[in-house]
Amino acid sequence: MKIVMAIIKPFKLDEVRDALTAIGVHGMTVTEVKGYGRQKGHTEIYRGTEYAVSFLPKLKVEVAVAASQLDKVIEAISAAAKTGQIGDGKIFVFGLEQAVRIRTGETDAAAL
Amino acid sequence: MKSRTPYRIGLAVLFAGLFAATGALADAPVVNKGDNAWMLTSTVLVLLMTIPGLALFYGGLVRTKNMLSVLTHVFYTVCIVILIWSFYGYSLAFTGGSPYLGGLSKAFMMGMTTDSTASTFSVGANISELIYFCFQMTFAAITPALIVGAFAERMRFAAVALFIPLWVTLIYFPIAHMVWYWAGPDAIADAAKALAAATDEATKKLAQAKLDEVLADGGQVYLWGAIDFAGGTVVHINAGIAGFVGALMVGKRIGHGKEIMAPHSMVQTMIGTSLLWVGWFGFNAGSNLEASGGAALAMVNSFLATAAAGLSWMFAEWIVKGKPSVLGILSGAVAGLVAVTPASGFSGPMGAIVLGLVVGVICLFFVTVVKHAFDYDDALDVFGVHCVGGIVGAIATGILVAPFLGGTGIMDYATGKIAEYDMWTQLISQGKAVGTTLVWSGFGSAILYKVVDLLVGLRPSPEAEREGLDLTDHGERAYDL
Repeated sequence: MKIVMAIIKPFKLDEVRDALTAIGVHGMTVTEVKGYGRQKGHTEIYRGTEYAVSFLPKLKVEVAVAASQLDKVIEAISAAAKTGQIGDGKIFVFGLEQAVRIRTGETDAAAL
Repeated sequence: MKSRTPYRIGLAVLFAGLFAATGALADAPVVNKGDNAWMLTSTVLVLLMTIPGLALFYGGLVRTKNMLSVLTHVFYTVCIVILIWSFYGYSLAFTGGSPYLGGLSKAFMMGMTTDSTASTFSVGANISELIYFCFQMTFAAITPALIVGAFAERMRFAAVALFIPLWVTLIYFPIAHMVWYWAGPDAIADAAKALAAATDEATKKLAQAKLDEVLADGGQVYLWGAIDFAGGTVVHINAGIAGFVGALMVGKRIGHGKEIMAPHSMVQTMIGTSLLWVGWFGFNAGSNLEASGGAALAMVNSFLATAAAGLSWMFAEWIVKGKPSVLGILSGAVAGLVAVTPASGFSGPMGAIVLGLVVGVICLFFVTVVKHAFDYDDALDVFGVHCVGGIVGAIATGILVAPFLGGTGIMDYATGKIAEYDMWTQLISQGKAVGTTLVWSGFGSAILYKVVDLLVGLRPSPEAEREGLDLTDHGERAYDL
């Protein structure tokens, strides 16, 4: 099992969700986050006072998937979240040791 | 104030009617119900300016952790000043005494009943004194509320709680008295009539002495001939300089110039500014005290100058900084409202537009260039907008009142005609009014801040300031997100 963590542009969330649903991934966790990579921040000016805002708002999407599904998931997220501009985000993959569905007690693949 | 038997239902109406018919009450002041209705309306409009108008305008400009602190400062100020006004504020500001401060004859609203009347700016036109009391009370309430923006995000509530009552008592009431207290049109017209009717030398001498006495019964700034329709000096310069001194004495916010202190909600600032504009019609057009053409002129000017200033600030910022900002157009509108306040009942409409265009750019310059050059932390630009805008307005009023520039001229109640106008003389009077307010409020406020600092301390601990005053002063959080 793997955890796929994708940092994406906020307005791409629905497309990513649809793409993942289409390949059979049911369930994800989304968090509002701030950060920066190659995309620089922007400047805000209030009554002449300039503030450099270097942390930009992004969404962090986390999905737990079976290892066999990993390539399809990465492909789906990449295609859905892509605009071709700097700031499209990144995808990170971690190993996942164990999963439990709290309601039923099912474990691992059955719990995903 | 003279009183008059009120009309009552049933037989009382008949009796009162009989009395009136026999002329027993012929000289008693008559209240105009239309004027009363307008002034009741204006009074609540000015309250709307303060809460929630000013509170939201300021609140949107601070960080989330200090939102409730600002709202509390404003609401507290309104409540405490209302009570003080009834105890001794109205009496000190609007009764005769010295040219610098009124007396205590109406302390605790002594002698004020539903029959009491207050004069307006027309001979024979009166409103209920209780309404005049409330109307002027809302002015006394909003003025110190303006100050809190300058030292926002870094003044303990205990310090504000003590400073506000001291400030209205020792700074606001004297200035309001000096600028606005006068004997009223009826007293002057009556004395002038008596003088004209006098036939022999002895009565003439007596009548002249009486007229001189009535003409001298006013505040010092009024006696200098300075005009201030709705409070350029009394409200805006007064509060603006007090805020400036406060910002200097309490010091800069921790992290000023290094950390991001961007406004947390431009939406609330926009709502607040719009409520300010709506309420300001009560402030300016209400200051006419009558629902007459004069009120309509003040309303027209409060539309035109505000629109002009909002645009001039925004376009100037667009040219200089590259983007037309919402805070720019909002700040410009407030600057226009401030500047037109003293001029609203005196300037012609086109004069008001010129005033708005000019003040928008001047205030932008003070807020963006002067503030950074001298590096003081006037958090919400109380000095740059209210004091500077107020000074521009107070001086410009002396020019725009000129009949040849479309202004109304200044009424001479002794002759019943518009007085001779000399621009230079008027500008000197306006300058003296500005100078007096700056000096009295500037130095007076400095002393009061010092006293408050010694008694309770102005500044929260650095930890409390970092945490935010909402939690440390009030134990509440503005948003649960």
